[in-house]
Amino acid sequence: MYGEFDLTIPETLQEAVKVLAAAGKRAVPLAGGTNVLVDVRSQRLAPHRIVDLGRIGGLRGISVEGGRVTLGPRTTISELLASDEIARTAPALGDAARVFAGQMVRNAATVAGNIACGSPAADLVPPLLALDAEVTLTGARGSRTVALCDYYTGYKADQRAPDELITAISWPVPVKGTFGSFYKLARRKGDAITVVGVAVGLGRKEGCCAGVRIALGSVAPCPIRARKAEGVLEGEAPTAERIAEAARIAAEECSPIDDVRATGEYRRKMVEVLVARLVNSAVQAGK
Amino acid sequence: MGTEKTITLRINGCDETAEVPPHRTLLEALRGLGHVDVKCGCEKGDCGACAVLVDGEAVDSCLTLARSAEGREITTLQGLGTPEAPHPLQQSFAELGAAQCGYCTPGMIIASESLLRKNPAPSDDELRIALSGNLCRCTGYVKIFEAVQAAAAVMRQTGETI
Ligand SMILES: Cc1cc2nc3c(=O)[nH]c(=O)nc-3n(C[C@H](O)[C@H](O)[C@H](O)COP(=O)(O)OP(=O)(O)OC[C@H]3O[C@@H](n4cnc5c(N)ncnc54)[C@H](O)[C@@H]3O)c2cc1C
Ligand code: FES
Ligand code: FES
Repeated sequence: MYGEFDLTIPETLQEAVKVLAAAGKRAVPLAGGTNVLVDVRSQRLAPHRIVDLGRIGGLRGISVEGGRVTLGPRTTISELLASDEIARTAPALGDAARVFAGQMVRNAATVAGNIACGSPAADLVPPLLALDAEVTLTGARGSRTVALCDYYTGYKADQRAPDELITAISWPVPVKGTFGSFYKLARRKGDAITVVGVAVGLGRKEGCCAGVRIALGSVAPCPIRARKAEGVLEGEAPTAERIAEAARIAAEECSPIDDVRATGEYRRKMVEVLVARLVNSAVQAGK
Repeated sequence: MGTEKTITLRINGCDETAEVPPHRTLLEALRGLGHVDVKCGCEKGDCGACAVLVDGEAVDSCLTLARSAEGREITTLQGLGTPEAPHPLQQSFAELGAAQCGYCTPGMIIASESLLRKNPAPSDDELRIALSGNLCRCTGYVKIFEAVQAAAAVMRQTGETI
């Protein structure tokens, strides 16, 4: 049923990178397979070789060390959902895991797979953007770390070289009193593709907003930060007018398309509604 | 490209060998070995008919390569119970009429087992969301939800797990 390809199941990261480097663009890493195998079946993807990362040790797990939270790339959505560390240090990511696909997909789907699939609707990306997450890429020539906000270069386009793998995702533990949340607007409560995704992070300093982060999914070629909207609130008192202004600006910053799920106009309006709602609840929670 | 390889899959506690090319999915391999209790619906992760437990976690076998599942513990519907000693979920699906054509039933029961192991007393909302990856075109879901709640009550009483 599937297109034909060769399969390598390496035991070590070095071996995986070596195979990828030798095969070039026609090789595809495989983690949970929930994007790759669907794409191969529909012939959107026709790899010559698939490199299954499933037997490489040390690529899973959540750790908090030296003021940073680090995720192994093969950490699954279900593992995020079950983690007290995530609930404590990254509630917005927990929110996203809760509304992610259905349980069978959550058990297989991984964090790196979600980032690397490049979908504008990838649900973990807005919360990770709001956390100032960084992505570590490891290839034949060594490792480098890039900010997630610089990772995407366009629709389904990113900085990853064909021989590179995402080997870690990390972010600083948010300062005490930072509130984070994610809201997924979709056409059903379960197992649906996001129409608009909004993640907000907000701290307080002497009654004013500090560390404001607003990230949006499904309303641009890739998930984005709404930096102008953040700027409206940063260092300012969160009055009703300011919050409304920030929400309006966030809606201006996105560039949504019409598709089968919603019109661009509706998406834009919902960005305004949801940004206001999430910022308001963060402000209320911080009182 | 795509040469066959003999692999051993551990299915419902027994080792079985199969010759599989790299692109063979676990779903295709299981059905090829006669495990037709694993159903083939959409082959893209949307319907849940192909759900099996891999190392105790419910996954869509259509999104898993057979070779990737080598060395893992695979459980299909038939591994949960027998006609003589059915699993409480199998019992209550049969008793409460939670199956019509029955095509979705194996996946529904596997997904329900996985839910109840993590959450033995789900609310109706939690149950609906947990089964959102399993489609049924016949029952309208009401009887399925009733059957899972009935089995959950039995399992809480007897402390039963697989
Ligand atoms: C029914 C269904 C429902 C879904 N619902 C949602 C949803 O609600 N929200 C959502 O965001 N997504 C959803 N998805 C999409 C998918 O499940 C996610 O994007 C998932 O996180 C992909 O992870 P994976 O491990 O399965 O990736 P794979 O399919 O294995 O890989 C995806 C991409 O990432 C690359 N890749 C994987 N690991 C690495 C790595 N370590 N380094 C570099 N590249 C890598 C692969 O080469 C591929 O390009 C759904 C999919 C299905 C089938
Ligand atoms: S056949 Fe696997 S989910 Fe539909
Ligand atoms: S009983 Fe027919 S699909 Fe569910």
